[in-house]
Amino acid sequence: MKRRDFIQLAGLSAGAMALPFSGFAQEVDIAHMLTPLLDTAKKKQLADVALNTAKGLGASYTDVRIGRYLNQFVTTREKKVLGVTNTESFGVGIRVIANGTWGFAASNNVTPDGIKRTTEKAVAIAKANSKFQKDPVKLATTPSYGEVSWKTPIVKNGFEVPVKEKVDLLLAANAKALEKGASFVNSIMFLVNEQKYFASSEGSYIDQDVHRTWPNFQVSMVDRQSGQFKTRAAFSAPVGMGYEYLDGRSEDKIQGPGGIILYNKSYDMIEDATMAAEQAKQMIAAKSVEPGKYDLMLEPSHLWLTIHESVGHPTELDRVLGYEANFAGTSFLTLDKWQSKKFKFGSDIVNFMADKTQVGSLGNVGYDDEGVKCKSWELIKDGVLVNYQAIRDQVNIIGQKESHGCCYSQSWSDVQFQRMANVSLQPGRQPLTPDQMVAGIEKGIYIVKDGSFSIDQQRYNFQFGGVLFFEIKNGKIEGMLKDVAYQANTNEFWNSCTQICDERDYRLNGAFNDGKGQPSQSNAVSHGSATARFNGVNVINTGRTI
Amino acid sequence: MAILSKEEAKKILEKVVGFSKADGIEANLNGNDGGNIRYARNSVSTSGEDSNVSLNVQSYVGKKVGSASINEFDDASLEKVVRRAEELSRLAPENSEFMEPLPQQTYGVESKTFIESTANITPDYRAQAAADSILPASKKDITAAGFLEDSRGFSSLMNSKGAFAYNKTTGVDFTVTMRSNDGTGSGWVARNFNDVSKLNTAEASAIAMEKALQSRNAKAIEPGKYTVILEPNAAADLLGLMLFAMNARQADEGRSFLSKKGGGTKLGEKIVDERVNIYTDPWNEEVPTGNWAGNGLPRKKMDLIKNGSVANMIYDRYWASLKNAEPTPFPGNRIMEGGTASIEDMIKDTKKGVLVTRFWYIRAVDPQTLLYTGLTRDGTFYIENGKIKHPIKNFRFNESPVIMLNNLETLGKQLRVASGGGPGGGGSSLIPAMKIRDFTFSSLSDAV
Repeated sequence: MKRRDFIQLAGLSAGAMALPFSGFAQEVDIAHMLTPLLDTAKKKQLADVALNTAKGLGASYTDVRIGRYLNQFVTTREKKVLGVTNTESFGVGIRVIANGTWGFAASNNVTPDGIKRTTEKAVAIAKANSKFQKDPVKLATTPSYGEVSWKTPIVKNGFEVPVKEKVDLLLAANAKALEKGASFVNSIMFLVNEQKYFASSEGSYIDQDVHRTWPNFQVSMVDRQSGQFKTRAAFSAPVGMGYEYLDGRSEDKIQGPGGIILYNKSYDMIEDATMAAEQAKQMIAAKSVEPGKYDLMLEPSHLWLTIHESVGHPTELDRVLGYEANFAGTSFLTLDKWQSKKFKFGSDIVNFMADKTQVGSLGNVGYDDEGVKCKSWELIKDGVLVNYQAIRDQVNIIGQKESHGCCYSQSWSDVQFQRMANVSLQPGRQPLTPDQMVAGIEKGIYIVKDGSFSIDQQRYNFQFGGVLFFEIKNGKIEGMLKDVAYQANTNEFWNSCTQICDERDYRLNGAFNDGKGQPSQSNAVSHGSATARFNGVNVINTGRTI
Repeated sequence: MAILSKEEAKKILEKVVGFSKADGIEANLNGNDGGNIRYARNSVSTSGEDSNVSLNVQSYVGKKVGSASINEFDDASLEKVVRRAEELSRLAPENSEFMEPLPQQTYGVESKTFIESTANITPDYRAQAAADSILPASKKDITAAGFLEDSRGFSSLMNSKGAFAYNKTTGVDFTVTMRSNDGTGSGWVARNFNDVSKLNTAEASAIAMEKALQSRNAKAIEPGKYTVILEPNAAADLLGLMLFAMNARQADEGRSFLSKKGGGTKLGEKIVDERVNIYTDPWNEEVPTGNWAGNGLPRKKMDLIKNGSVANMIYDRYWASLKNAEPTPFPGNRIMEGGTASIEDMIKDTKKGVLVTRFWYIRAVDPQTLLYTGLTRDGTFYIENGKIKHPIKNFRFNESPVIMLNNLETLGKQLRVASGGGPGGGGSSLIPAMKIRDFTFSSLSDAV
């Protein structure tokens, strides 16, 4: 299903919550979703049809992905259920190397005959393109794993939770927000299950069952008198967990500065909706910010997006090399900076890990979509750029022999390519709480939750907004601000990082729908951090009159 | 299988509707064949094809709706999908905003959206199109990265109230970024057509290469308010965001740039310069689009902005029924009237200004004022005394299309541009270049 169809299907209009989607999804009933389509033996048989066909046609490498992608989304607004939609997308994607060139074809005809024809198409495409290929594809070696499997360690499969329970939860959250004076509430429960079978001509047969969950809402307050409106988004995170994320356990709640409640490994949607309505009112009444330099204190539900854009993307090797030049762009982290082994990306306390193994994260899988076992690795160590994110056909360019295991495709119908792993800022080594951080700031702003975001195509210049902005004066929270956005240069910004709270404050946030590639594909990725401080950042006022 | 004729589609849909035992049924039968080629570092990187036909059935009992889909079309499968949708409708919660399907509609003549030559694109054509872009670049110390995507598809709808609609369409979308090998210059060009015979990737690539060479060694100038000449692709990006936000419900609810202080909307009020005229027209020869929208409403020529005033907002069927308004089919294209000035004419007429090839990474900052931020990219030049003086470093802007269109100086010639989502994805637009005064650039970027 293309994005435009999805939007129609979901009944969403402009300004509605952005949702991810997967290729050629069809609506199905829940009983069907909970029934396995094919057992692994059958999938292996089908995959072997592609592997043998491609070999017979002269392909030097082949991988096959038989994928079943299930989504469920329940949407409501105020007291109404707008839709309960279950979708399934099932098909096969076949990638080959022939004459040193990639070819890819996909089909929803998952029969021996359909797979054979799709394989022939993939080989024909590779051969057509090889006429203009300068450098033959070089794949880093990866072990043959034989027949293996992996599953997201979920406690409760969200697809098995009755729809009524989800509808009741969303409507209860809406009711709380309305009771507290909200003008409008939209809420959604989004569940994803990727059942992926991978086989390659190198002898790996990998069966994976990946789950993700994302409860979300937007509470809007309209002040007709002044003509103002503000929206407070949910403080939930999309997670690589099951429905247990909705348990709202007390040990996962964090009392933040400014009287706010934040969430860690589980989420209390009703409590958050109640607070959202109260805070949306305060957002309208807030003081418009005075532009200038401030020390920013960025909370993890905000900082993840700054990390994503300014650290995650520029450390992707395909961007550095120019493969994304026509769309997402290139990167300021050029190879010479990495080769120098002393490029100061950030201050000494800045350490970033890339990771595909972190439990609860969106990027967590056992093996990537080209059969490489996942791992974690350092990107920035003590402020210095030490590595990139790379996959099998590119890692040789930086003289490394092993793929980092971060190849992904959003569906069977799209070709896999390098996608961002979870990229996370490591917590501070010295004991420090957010309250202690506030106490040390003379003139600052505490920013909670991601808002507006924009960054240039080489990831130098960025601008970020947020949802809640608290003014900090002489070590104390003074009240809310509005019309706040900060602009900085990535390198200067990370070098201005002077404090990071310790691991007690470390939390994951992220997105279901990071876009990259042509045709554009979505990737789900998490970013962890503790609250961090950045000194002397330029803040602009975004208030206008039209 | 992917492209069914009108008769073939109708025959299948009649069977589907005939199987219905619920209060009513609506069925959509759509198919698409797509292909693409992507290149970078002067070499093809990925390339592929996909194909799909699917039938989506929506059955309803009262205000309870169930949907189901299938991609098999024998009688037993068709009946199975109808029964499944009916079962789901009985289990579904009531949707109080559900609208029964439309009765039989009268559609205008079919637009010329399907062109045989585009439907017949082959992998060899795509490889050659990429080569025509890559080979000249490699001879000029330039690196090409580009993408060509083509599609042919059909869509059809039938319901138990008597409506039937069918359309087939082709599209091709091409973009290329050319970067000088010293890393200091970058140029970009985009082309979007229904008819691939209008596409010449060598000609388009030459423009991007020239921009890459001309934009090398850009100088920094101070951010601030500048007169800008926006090429059509740059203008279209900001304009499209305004047009996409003209939703009547959000305006009525007080959460739109079209909501008025104290209540009510700005429908009929002047919001931008009176020379601004924007409309949709499915039969426009440059940007033809289907003569019906996805929900079966007939498309017709409709003003969005007339002489600077809000002429129409977009009403979905539910909101229209509540507000006693006519429902609005979602526009398939957007056309802004232009002028006769070429970009060169506008440059000659500019004392001090900035020429913008395109914008990048535009995101909403404030939905109330439609304030957006983003950056210039792939060819930004300083103009002084009627001439391009030198390339300049890219700027970040913070600007609202409403303010931009109030600061209109000159309208230039129109160009067909993609509205996003690939060929046929978000529809196409016909947008002029425009000269705007006091455009707000708020910081500098080192990005090339």
